Amino acid sequence: MSVNTLSIDGKMVTGTTGETVFDVAWNNGVRIPRLCHVGGVSDVGACRLCLVEVEGQSRLVASCRTAVQEGMVVRTDTPRLQAHRRLIVELLFAERNHVCAVCVQNGNCELQDLAASLGVDHVRLRYRYPKLPVDTSHERFGIDHNRCVLCTRCIRVCDEVEGAHTWDLRGRGTHALLIADFGDPWGQSESCTSCGKCVQVCPTGALFTKGKSVAEMQKDRRFLKYIVTAREKHEWIR
Amino acid sequence: MTLEELQERQAQELARRAQLANRIYCCSAAGCISCGSDALRQEIAAQIEAAGRGGEIEVCGTGCLGLCSRGPLVRTAADGALYADLAPEDAAALVAGDPAPIAAKRLDPGAPFFAMQERVVLANSGSVDPERLADYVAAGGYQALGRALADMSPPEVIEQVKRSGLRGRGGAGYPTGLKWELVARQPAGTKYVVCNADEGDPGAFMDRSILEGDPHRVLEGMAIAGYAVGAQQGYIYVRGEYGLAIQRLQTAIKQAEREHLLGSRILDTSFQFRVDLRIGAGAFVCGEETALIASIEGKRGQPRQRPPYPPEAGLWGKPTLINNVETFANVAPIVTRGGDWFASIGTERSKGTKVFALAGKIVNTGLIEVPMGTALRTILFDIGGGIPGGGRFKAAQTGGPSGGCIPEAYLDTPVDYESLARIGSIMGSGGLIVMDEASDMVDVARFFMEFSMDESCGKCIPCRAGTVQMNDILSRLVAGEGSADDIAMLEELCVLLKETSLCGLGQSAPNPVLTTLRYFRDEYEAKVRTEDAG
Ligand SMILES: Cc1cc2nc3c(=O)[nH]c(=O)nc-3n(C[C@H](O)[C@H](O)[C@H](O)COP(=O)(O)O)c2cc1C
Ligand code: SF4
Ligand code: SF4
Repeated sequence: MSVNTLSIDGKMVTGTTGETVFDVAWNNGVRIPRLCHVGGVSDVGACRLCLVEVEGQSRLVASCRTAVQEGMVVRTDTPRLQAHRRLIVELLFAERNHVCAVCVQNGNCELQDLAASLGVDHVRLRYRYPKLPVDTSHERFGIDHNRCVLCTRCIRVCDEVEGAHTWDLRGRGTHALLIADFGDPWGQSESCTSCGKCVQVCPTGALFTKGKSVAEMQKDRRFLKYIVTAREKHEWIR
Repeated sequence: MTLEELQERQAQELARRAQLANRIYCCSAAGCISCGSDALRQEIAAQIEAAGRGGEIEVCGTGCLGLCSRGPLVRTAADGALYADLAPEDAAALVAGDPAPIAAKRLDPGAPFFAMQERVVLANSGSVDPERLADYVAAGGYQALGRALADMSPPEVIEQVKRSGLRGRGGAGYPTGLKWELVARQPAGTKYVVCNADEGDPGAFMDRSILEGDPHRVLEGMAIAGYAVGAQQGYIYVRGEYGLAIQRLQTAIKQAEREHLLGSRILDTSFQFRVDLRIGAGAFVCGEETALIASIEGKRGQPRQRPPYPPEAGLWGKPTLINNVETFANVAPIVTRGGDWFASIGTERSKGTKVFALAGKIVNTGLIEVPMGTALRTILFDIGGGIPGGGRFKAAQTGGPSGGCIPEAYLDTPVDYESLARIGSIMGSGGLIVMDEASDMVDVARFFMEFSMDESCGKCIPCRAGTVQMNDILSRLVAGEGSADDIAMLEELCVLLKETSLCGLGQSAPNPVLTTLRYFRDEYEAKVRTEDAG
């Protein structure tokens, strides 16, 4: 494995071949914002929050899907990138119905945190107020589509880590909707193993554990690290 | 069949035709069929029968004759005449070879609509029946493939395509020879050739016409590509709405396989190449190459980030060549006549011809083919015949929802990739929509934005949620309820989508807005609510 030296926001850092700009930045304390990325599952480069500027490239690149290269000069926090990120977060708040004051995730929400760290204190776009369903048919969990940002973390963790592929999307564009199996109520899903991994990776209050009241939901992703490490190092019990 | 046998077949068919007194070509493209060309053709056949001239006069179908607004169109081989606006009653005169009763329907081949076109891709329209392999063979079909297999190595084929300067006709204009080389250079093993026939731009029907009118030409181009890059399997991804094109392709594939022009032991060599159809469900985004690949693989039709590009990792992760229908249709003539011949047509950086579908407020709506670099004014006013009813030209839209509106001041722009990009539009796949002074440019921008919004796959946030907001703002402006802040936000969103969207759909969705803002800003400002304007 060869080591590459590159510059991220003026800081010289190193990364091994195959590592992404995103991971190398985070390992070096440069916290590039993200929503669809979650360590341990594949990256799709969909939220566009982790876009960075790379010297010599005319287009912005998704750092979660760009491998480090020797001599790369990366900027992760220019005024242009900040403006784009703020507008993307505004678009998300306007797209569905986020009422933090009554949300289980209030205070522990990645979307909220993004808004705070990017300085999005108000939304300049008109809210769309779509009518969206809440599915509480599952014994232990629920999904509130009003708070879903379509990051597809749940789809990937269910497919790649649990191996169930319960979740997928239906419809396209802004009408895309997360569905269990072929659009059945979650509680009737035949593939769901009720492992709850999807709930834990969800960045917002869309997937939640039943019985939690406002601001009580906390998500625990430590399991992902155990499983992925075990898988890479073949640390199985049998 | 060997190459010699193929040439023999050609000679036989030509000799057979020389015995005929006349061969009547009745346009059998979807446009003319919808104007009743089937009934006309049946009546011509009945008249031939009635006149007892079955052995000497033949009626057959043929590809798009261009002037779609005046169908059904017919070409008669005996005198090379072209007739428009025909009805079944005209069949007797056509069969009798008596031009007097239908003289008024005869078109002047010297008219600018015909004289100023140059047909390479559509060369066989009017002389080849798309449902008869013998017709394509008579026109020299599959001999380019035969020549390539017999006399050229794969790198030599690629060299000719590179010399020709051919660039992709699917919109982006990537040099075709370079793309072939990228695939050819990948380590040997399973590779694929894919023909993109998803044509989704509103108002565009170039690819459909090519497939309906000359399916073997596209198959031959794909087979040559397969030989050049080392692939044995091809797929044509064709949209489900194109029923006639699908049917003609199925027929053509069967015919070609039966004669070993496709399939195994092609033209008695060890080269094998299969072509299968994959039918799309009519999502515009599935024309984007990575979404198209996902769709063929049976997954949700969503783009993914490039790199890796399909030549490195495409269908099922294998090296894959994806080209547009019209790109493949240019291949056989390039191999037959040489790359230098092709490069002699067009401009410095845009070679060959381009097929356009003229639509909107223009006299001659239909399909045309012109050398690259032809001025927009020539296309619209000489070939297209100008605006009907003495109306005034306002703008032309190239490239559909990904393109831009071009105002009168730029009518002398030569139509080539770079010139169109310079004025904020794109070549696109060949849709050309003309608008007259009655058009509200803000509403035009809104129409295309609504299209992009409906067709966004929803994967990335800027495009999914941004097109919705832009469509909202444009609708407000059209309704006279917009504010100056709305225009500012619209511009901010344009930049966001251009710079951050994952695929070409989102990146180019702002183009109609940007160009109308650039050339017709006063129309936007006139729509701002008066209390906000001051
Ligand atoms: C949203 C979108 C739609 C597209 N639709 C088509 C299409 O319908 N047909 C096509 O040939 N190319 C289409 N393309 C371009 C393809 O991605 C690809 O570049 C092309 O098929 C390559 O062929 P070429 O090099 O021969 O042009 C589309 C691209 C985008 C971004
Ligand atoms: S998901 Fe987050 S942003 Fe949305 S309502 Fe809940 S706390 Fe607020
Ligand atoms: S730009 Fe639009 S169509 Fe393309 S991936 Fe993003 S959401 Fe999908």
